[in-house]
Amino acid sequence: MKFRSLALAASIAAIGLTSTIATTSAYAQAKEQFFPVIVYRTGAYAANGGPWANGYVDFLKLVNAKGGINGVKLSFEECETGYATDRGVECYERLKGKGATVFQPLSTGITFALTEKAPVDKIPLITAGYGRSESQNGAVFSWNFPLLGTYWVGADVAIQHIGKLAGGLDKLKGKKIALVYHDSPYGKEPIPALQERAKMHGFELQLLPVAHPGVEQKATWLQIRQSKPDNVLLWGWGVMNSTALKEAQATGYPREKMIGIWWAGAEPDVKDVGAGAKGYSALTLQHGAEPGSKVAKDVLELVHAKGQGTGPKEEVGSVLYMRGLISAMLGVEGVRKAQERYGKGKVMTGEQTRWGLENLNLDQKALDGMGFANVMRPVQTSCLDHMGSSWVRVHTWDGAKWNFTSDWYQSDEKVLRPMVMLASGKYAEEKKIAPRTPEQCKQ
Amino acid sequence: MGFFIETLIGGLMAGMLYSLVALGFVLIFKASGVFNFAQGAMVLFAALAMARFSGWANAALGGDSLFLANVIAFMGAGIVMWIVAWVIERLVLRNLVNQEGATLLMATLGITYVLEGIGQTLFGSEIYSIDVGMPKDPVIMFESLFEGGILINKEDFIAALIAAILVAVLTLFFQKTPIGRALRAVADDHQAALSIGIPLNRIWVIVWCVAGVVALVAGIIWGSKLGVQFSLATVAMRALPVVILGGLTSVPGAIVGGLIIGVGEKLSEVYLGPMVGGGIEIWFAYMLALVFLLFRPQGLFGEKIIDRV
Amino acid sequence: MIYRENGQFKTTYQADQQIFTIAQDKIFVLAVIAFAFIGIPFLVDEYLFRAILIPFLILALAALGVNLLVGYCGQITLGAGAFMAIGAYAAYNFFIRIDGMPLIAAILLGGLSSAGMGILFGVPSLRVRGLYLAVATLAAQFFCDWAFLRIKWFTNDSSSGSVSVSNLNVFGWSIETPIQKYLFCLCFLVAFALVAKNLTRAIIGRQWMAIRDMDVAAEVIGIRPMYAKLSAFAVSSFFVGVAGALWGFVHLGSWEPAAFSVDRSFQLLFMVIIGGLGSILGSFFGAAFIVVLPIFLNQFLPALGSLFGIAISTAAVSHAELIIFGSLIVFFLIVEPHGLARLWSIAKEKLRLWPFPH
Repeated sequence: MKFRSLALAASIAAIGLTSTIATTSAYAQAKEQFFPVIVYRTGAYAANGGPWANGYVDFLKLVNAKGGINGVKLSFEECETGYATDRGVECYERLKGKGATVFQPLSTGITFALTEKAPVDKIPLITAGYGRSESQNGAVFSWNFPLLGTYWVGADVAIQHIGKLAGGLDKLKGKKIALVYHDSPYGKEPIPALQERAKMHGFELQLLPVAHPGVEQKATWLQIRQSKPDNVLLWGWGVMNSTALKEAQATGYPREKMIGIWWAGAEPDVKDVGAGAKGYSALTLQHGAEPGSKVAKDVLELVHAKGQGTGPKEEVGSVLYMRGLISAMLGVEGVRKAQERYGKGKVMTGEQTRWGLENLNLDQKALDGMGFANVMRPVQTSCLDHMGSSWVRVHTWDGAKWNFTSDWYQSDEKVLRPMVMLASGKYAEEKKIAPRTPEQCKQ
Repeated sequence: MGFFIETLIGGLMAGMLYSLVALGFVLIFKASGVFNFAQGAMVLFAALAMARFSGWANAALGGDSLFLANVIAFMGAGIVMWIVAWVIERLVLRNLVNQEGATLLMATLGITYVLEGIGQTLFGSEIYSIDVGMPKDPVIMFESLFEGGILINKEDFIAALIAAILVAVLTLFFQKTPIGRALRAVADDHQAALSIGIPLNRIWVIVWCVAGVVALVAGIIWGSKLGVQFSLATVAMRALPVVILGGLTSVPGAIVGGLIIGVGEKLSEVYLGPMVGGGIEIWFAYMLALVFLLFRPQGLFGEKIIDRV
Repeated sequence: MIYRENGQFKTTYQADQQIFTIAQDKIFVLAVIAFAFIGIPFLVDEYLFRAILIPFLILALAALGVNLLVGYCGQITLGAGAFMAIGAYAAYNFFIRIDGMPLIAAILLGGLSSAGMGILFGVPSLRVRGLYLAVATLAAQFFCDWAFLRIKWFTNDSSSGSVSVSNLNVFGWSIETPIQKYLFCLCFLVAFALVAKNLTRAIIGRQWMAIRDMDVAAEVIGIRPMYAKLSAFAVSSFFVGVAGALWGFVHLGSWEPAAFSVDRSFQLLFMVIIGGLGSILGSFFGAAFIVVLPIFLNQFLPALGSLFGIAISTAAVSHAELIIFGSLIVFFLIVEPHGLARLWSIAKEKLRLWPFPH
């Protein structure tokens, strides 16, 4: 009986507390630019989600330390999704009400769900290096910004790189390339682009899906041992990447012939494989590990030195940390650009930020000034191109750190553009969206 | 032919690794009638403890002796698992005696969440590695017989060996020691065991403790193979078909079940997979178990279910 | 005294067999429903609608379905998420492949497809029982996870395997704003709850309960286990499938199989067991508990921390959330293994005598 009354008392207390919190959160609004931070620091993908989130938050803190965007301070709040779509939607709904500027969910699944909701709420969605590939076409996807690159760009450049190593794209004829991918929309995105390239160059594409979370890959690598592909493309996330490298080692597949997407090319993917991953290369979303860059030093100096750092000091400048940092920078620059039009020193709405992101023009000088010299190349977006840049480099793990091993590549617009137009056209038709005309774009 | 044998061997060794996790399920079900979904979380918890203790001990010893650090860590993790077993018995099992199977199942799911939360709070949620000196590179044998030879994964081979030894030890423990006899008595009939003076609560602690040690061994092997991180808890999902195929109450069943499932899923993935687009091994394992169940509803070695009105 | 039923005489069989035999119960439930339809739309903000109320309504419907199978027929299932997925994908295919397909018809057809698959995956229950069956139902879960990822036809050849719907409308009313979505789901839930309640009172429900209590004995008294078990699977899958279709169409709008993963199945089973096995009301309590608790903890813990001047990191919050969530589940199972519904009926018993102790 004692237990029962306790349980009842507990539930009543819980209800009471909920109502108090509901009221306290109402006055949190202030004259600040609010950045929702959707992260996952727990669950199956925590090891990769953590550094990204730390970079994202550290950059927002850095902007504040430097005086905000033309004087407008940034505020932010984290929301944990655990990489689950419904938790992501809940986070979105919760943070949206606080005047969210821009959402960056870091999950293809959540991106798909939010793509439906963002236009209604008029909040832009930045998906730097992930998300829907066809959302590059801003005429249809007004609110999606797959800045810096999509999976189709990744797939395209990966083939270019393999072709270059083989001594020319024409040498790919008759070769066999295996794609080991995370069995989810994330892993399946590159397939159309790869098939397109396979048709062009006459190589054979072998598709090998790996079920979430990717800890069981023995059969996959047995198949690779049997079919002996000339190259393996690794399209994994989280533990799947390190497991793939370990299985490659265990089945004797040369790591030098493996190329990962930029989500399979960070420290957590290779660290505990160590020397076993030596020679493995991965694409980069422009930047690699950049502990020497000025912006990383700024973070250490202006944020970490004051004891405000989000994660451990050693993490600053690591690959995924930089990815988070750059993602945050793109959002902030979108706001800055919007202020140029709608009034400097004002808080921008989601709609105004969207205009800013669509007219983003970060030239090399501006980037260098922010401390991104040798980290990034210019980004310029437009109505028809919400990606803004498709520069990719390749870096290779030498057993202890990542080193750049290639020149800059750019995806072939001649190949990808028609695919983007076709896929976005299909989407527009399904959703009954009239693509924006050039005149509407100018508004 | 060579490839077929290779797949077969790979499947057998994967199967042994599944049995290692399945053993934990069987031990606990036998002694307390609890279908312990938390076994996966226990594997994760034990592996996290092991990895972090090993790292800390290594640092404390100045990095001289990895072996010594691992021994210390193993003992430490063993103690941690004993505490876990004791707490679970005290706070959960004791209060849920005589409840329905479904309720107990849900309680262990609750324990799963708690263990995952505590494990990540105490030990962190990054990837840690356990280095017990497992060889990583493969050996290739019979190159003269088959083209390309037969590749054997040394790490898996050693792991399978350890699993086999563990099973032998557990069998001896159950058959020959007084505690083992008491455990079997409890498994047969709780009340009868209680009436002849076997302390039920202590037996439960012992069983959960043994299951904890099994989880620790599984955690070390899987952890050294995959790295210690959250997804380790999901190996429980791979071990479930093994448990029901072998029978919930049979230790040898866990081994035989593991071998059947391991071989079945690897062969299906390699030979049937390409025809339907791949990625079929996980549901194939469950389907395979289901087919066996249709013929023997209590699993291959489970005790026959007798219904009386 | 509040619950005093003195003076409420039942003079006909009809009166004795009503759903709510006590007037207070009837008035209370009708008042709650009326409030849900009329009051809540005026009182509640968008966040509550979209993040809590709509998921709650849909998951309560799914929990209702699971409860019919687990609570009333005694067949434990860990594959409920799969049937949600079947409902969602089947409804999607009916909706986009047939021109002019009305939304409600598509959702119900999705439920029917799910019922069909439910019968198929229910067949092993004729031979396999208890925990063995529970694990065997996972086969359905993993098979569906795979099938909806791999078989392109189901996803209308979308390259990423993610599908989406839009422009939903019923009889010319579009379902776009949170209030419309909420009312739409509420209508479904009320209708289905009524159906469920009546099913469990009818002959079929009694057969299920007989099977649950002891299937051999039930067979002896002339209940056909095949019919009873398979009908339970079918009806349960129908409910769950409709809930799945609503989850995809109304709540998410765009989804992938991961939205119906094995975690969802566990979540549904939790709802049923925490809420109360074999209780319609319990399904609602369970759904409310499981939907609200994590969100509540997630917001409450940082607030609690800031009260004492401690900033709790997101990671620590979510770990603490896991720990508290797990402990509460164990706690509730220990305190009241029969679920929240039992607590409710105890409270009612007390109110009957209140303020007298006995």
